[in-house]
Amino acid sequence: MSQTYRLNNSGQINRDKKISFKFNGKKYFGFEGDTLASALLANGIHLVGRSFKYHRPRGFFGAGVDEPYAIVQMVRNNETEPNVRATEQELFEGLEAKSVNCWPSVNFDIGAINNFFNKFLPAGFYYKTFMWPKSFWYRIYEPFIRKAAGFGVASTKYDSERYEHKYEYCDLLIAGSGPAGLSGAYAAAKNGARVILAEEKPRFGGSLLTSEVNIGNQSGKDWAEKIIAELKEMPNVTVKNRSQVFGYYDHNMLVMSEKVSDHLPKTKKFSPKQRLWYIRAKEVLISSGSIERPIVFGNNDTPGVILASAAKEYLKVYGVLVGKKPLVFTNNDSAYETAIEFKKNGIDPIILDSRNAPKSEIIEEAKNLGIEIKFSYVVVTANGYKKVKSAQIAHISSDKRNLGKIEKINCDCICVSGFWTPTIHLSSQSGNKTKFDEKIDAFVPGKSKQNETTVGSASGIFNLEETISTSFEKGYQLSKKITNNDNKVSAPQVSEKKFTNHDKFWCVPLPDKKNFKRFLDFQNDVTVSDIELALREGYRSIEHVKRYTTLGMATDQGKTSNLNGLQLVSDVENKVVPSVGHTTFRPPYTPVSIGAIVGREIGKHSKPTRKSPMHSWHEKNNAVFVDAGMWLRPRYYKKGNEGLFEASKREAENVRKNVGVCDVTTLGKIDIKGPDAAEFLNRVYTNAWLKLPVGKARYGVMLREDGIVMDDGTTTRISENHYHMTTTTAQAANVLSHLEYYLQLVWPDLNVNVVSTTEQWAGAAIAGPKSRDLLQKLFPDKDFTNNGLPFMGYTEGSLFGVPARIFRISFSGELAYELNVESDFGNFMWEKIIEVGDEFKIQPYGTEALSTLRIEMGHVAGSELDGRTVPYDNGLDGLVSKKKDFIGKRSLNREAFKAQNRQRVVGVVPLDKKTSIPEGSHLVKEATAKLPNPKLGHISASCWSVEYNNPFSLAILKDGKNMIGKKLYALSPLKKKSIPVEIVSSHYVDPKGERVRS
Amino acid sequence: MLYIECPYCGLRSQNEFAYGGDGTVKRPTLNKEVSDKEWDNFVYNRKSPRGKHVELWHHISGCRQWIKVQRDTVTHEIFKTVSADKEI
Ligand SMILES: [Zn+2]
Repeated sequence: MSQTYRLNNSGQINRDKKISFKFNGKKYFGFEGDTLASALLANGIHLVGRSFKYHRPRGFFGAGVDEPYAIVQMVRNNETEPNVRATEQELFEGLEAKSVNCWPSVNFDIGAINNFFNKFLPAGFYYKTFMWPKSFWYRIYEPFIRKAAGFGVASTKYDSERYEHKYEYCDLLIAGSGPAGLSGAYAAAKNGARVILAEEKPRFGGSLLTSEVNIGNQSGKDWAEKIIAELKEMPNVTVKNRSQVFGYYDHNMLVMSEKVSDHLPKTKKFSPKQRLWYIRAKEVLISSGSIERPIVFGNNDTPGVILASAAKEYLKVYGVLVGKKPLVFTNNDSAYETAIEFKKNGIDPIILDSRNAPKSEIIEEAKNLGIEIKFSYVVVTANGYKKVKSAQIAHISSDKRNLGKIEKINCDCICVSGFWTPTIHLSSQSGNKTKFDEKIDAFVPGKSKQNETTVGSASGIFNLEETISTSFEKGYQLSKKITNNDNKVSAPQVSEKKFTNHDKFWCVPLPDKKNFKRFLDFQNDVTVSDIELALREGYRSIEHVKRYTTLGMATDQGKTSNLNGLQLVSDVENKVVPSVGHTTFRPPYTPVSIGAIVGREIGKHSKPTRKSPMHSWHEKNNAVFVDAGMWLRPRYYKKGNEGLFEASKREAENVRKNVGVCDVTTLGKIDIKGPDAAEFLNRVYTNAWLKLPVGKARYGVMLREDGIVMDDGTTTRISENHYHMTTTTAQAANVLSHLEYYLQLVWPDLNVNVVSTTEQWAGAAIAGPKSRDLLQKLFPDKDFTNNGLPFMGYTEGSLFGVPARIFRISFSGELAYELNVESDFGNFMWEKIIEVGDEFKIQPYGTEALSTLRIEMGHVAGSELDGRTVPYDNGLDGLVSKKKDFIGKRSLNREAFKAQNRQRVVGVVPLDKKTSIPEGSHLVKEATAKLPNPKLGHISASCWSVEYNNPFSLAILKDGKNMIGKKLYALSPLKKKSIPVEIVSSHYVDPKGERVRS
Repeated sequence: MLYIECPYCGLRSQNEFAYGGDGTVKRPTLNKEVSDKEWDNFVYNRKSPRGKHVELWHHISGCRQWIKVQRDTVTHEIFKTVSADKEI
């Protein structure tokens, strides 16, 4: 079968380029410039899917974003994508698409049985049926709903396409390139404004592409092309097609999705598939146009029933006939254009007009062309299952309540027009108070909340001359407001046919004893009787009716159904539409790929990766890395067949026996300067800081105002008014913000400045009994005796010519030092330490050995300072000054914080001295007590003690101080472990702290 | 996304800022007797006002200054922004 519905010479497609594609496995041909929908229609394919609930056959209803049914599963370049509208998907060579909601095939669909059991699928069916019995939910109902729900299947594969984000600023963003958008853009651009003009479709021009009008002595289409060409040349204008402005957010931030490559067989190199634009616009001109709304009649969902405007678009843009025996059913003049277009292409349409002998220029023209017109006639129902075969029509009384004798008329498509609905989604999203316009039976934008102006048919103006002149004026005024320029271009002369009034008629009554399904919402299978039922069952708010019946939900967002739904509710309730109100329009206006929303922030790019200056050395020396916040840190250095356990044990043992070096660049570092720096530290830390001499470091603990420990670390007095603070890796950013908060807001009188220097310094911790000997070799001129550089002392030296900061601090409990050099010398420092340390049997150690060393020393870290503990809990009582005030001190007076039986950090050893205790295990009195077994505490950190060669853990235990020596059980139901343990002091190794001072 | 006028940097998008809570809370002075109730109000109790509200924002990816922003919690309209040392 070859394009038998394609006209020979009309349309805006490239007939020189034939394109092959596959639909449901079968090969077809179309032309360049087709959409999947126009190409299928050219091949006479109307059946594209099955409906959501009843699995009724579904065809095409629109020609663009308004399409509720023709949603397909796309395959492009081996990637599958659901939720694609065939009316928006441009055809490309090799395109493959499949129908959704059908099994085994669109022609023979088992689910269609729902259609014949529809009594069981009324409004609120899900709520009524799936509630009972409760036990059925997981096993039966949920899988059923999951299978039935949605349009298509999301790929489970990693999306290999690239998506980008772009931030843009402009004076004027214009959404829609129809006559209103073009006029506004042109006037504003000529007045010097920075303009972005966005068009959702591939072609610019909107209604001008299909209308028979004259602008400035040219056809509408030619005028649009001329304006666009001129705009594209202007440096202050960005013109974007395939770009949907889908959301209007706060403070004039709009988001636009640009489909950069969806129309191509394959995304080009260095180009994204889609680009999401975040546009901050000073002013927004909404020229989003309007969508034709249907008239509701029996079986109005049958394939072949289509919007009259869509039929016209298929004719004029794509040169495609949606049928060869068309029936045009209308309540207004605009559908006459469709009929005339058929006639011009040699097809004889019949017009059914619900109005009683209206008079206008275009009706005269239709008559003169010899088109058959039946006034006061309506379509009662479409006949045909998979395609319209005929229609039952009838005369309708002037009050629209009574039908005359039913007549049958042969036709293969019904082009329907129930007048036009302004697309007010963006206006409404912006916070605009929309109002109901009686003249057009629809909501239009009212008072603006943000800097937004709606023009053209989106504002309810359906007259081209008025649209163009007001849009020129708005474009000029808005640009003048922003640029202060006063270069006004005048609007062109416009001529068009004048239309007469439409008929406020939207739903054909049912004939006696007939119960045709009359659809309101085609995407969600919501019928007139569903809404009536919801109202009978007591639903009143339109928001509730929407949710109960699913009217206007999902990807369609009620583009074609909202107003008829509101009409029905207002009719049944005897209210006027404005008092029923419309449901909230929520972004996105059309579906947006998750990939586009995520952009480049995927996988490794979801956050920055921070690497220390010594990273490449670690890599070369078989480091196995671990994520520490954004940092990559060596967890251990693998030797031979070692695993984590063996390697970290070897590394920790070497620290205890010889000397080790650990990369501590990741520690947060904050430079603190100013005459009040000591006073500031004294307020920030719990311990005393006023008397710390120059050249000394001190360990400090800081609290939040609620008394909970925030962070710990050492701070060193470099010179009189200069301190160097270290924080934990995890809390570095929070501590800086915390300090800035107090300096800027609470104590602005303190003359202190803070700045992060984390990335300016590379750090190496050198720990172990031989560390002093190593330091002496690294800095031969310096005195490293306890007199020269005592514990917690600080000095500066020259490391083979590189200035270095030398701290005598220890995290491992061993004699230890920390060297800092400027980051650029980090690798040099590291290599020198390794080279010179060789004779002392130096080995690098990773975070796992680091943890082992600190755990067996009972040195608290992040797993104990977990945001739930006060200083007492961590055995840090000695660091809490009784004399001075500090941040959080007042909270420590709380009864609960002072309670003597509070939790406290303790050591835990398994009785068998063999079984490692999983972190997170609960400590309980009895292993087999009835659940819930009262929890006394939890294991916060575990290691293999290299000092005693058995497992050792830290725990936070209720009344911990008095529990030393007690026997408990560590339970880990997750790991199916129950371990008898003994509670010991948390200071398992060197409890008196002699080694660090040795 | 809000558009916040930093008194130091000008109009910047919300994603450069971190929210910092109620801007009207005053920390009790140091070394001063504070009642349980007063301290409780400072640490824990916050109003959730509908309408105009003064709040703190930290220009964390910009000048790193804490600023005060008067914002309508319903409409998100921002009326005024000042530096930390000023009152709204
Ligand atoms: Zn700033």
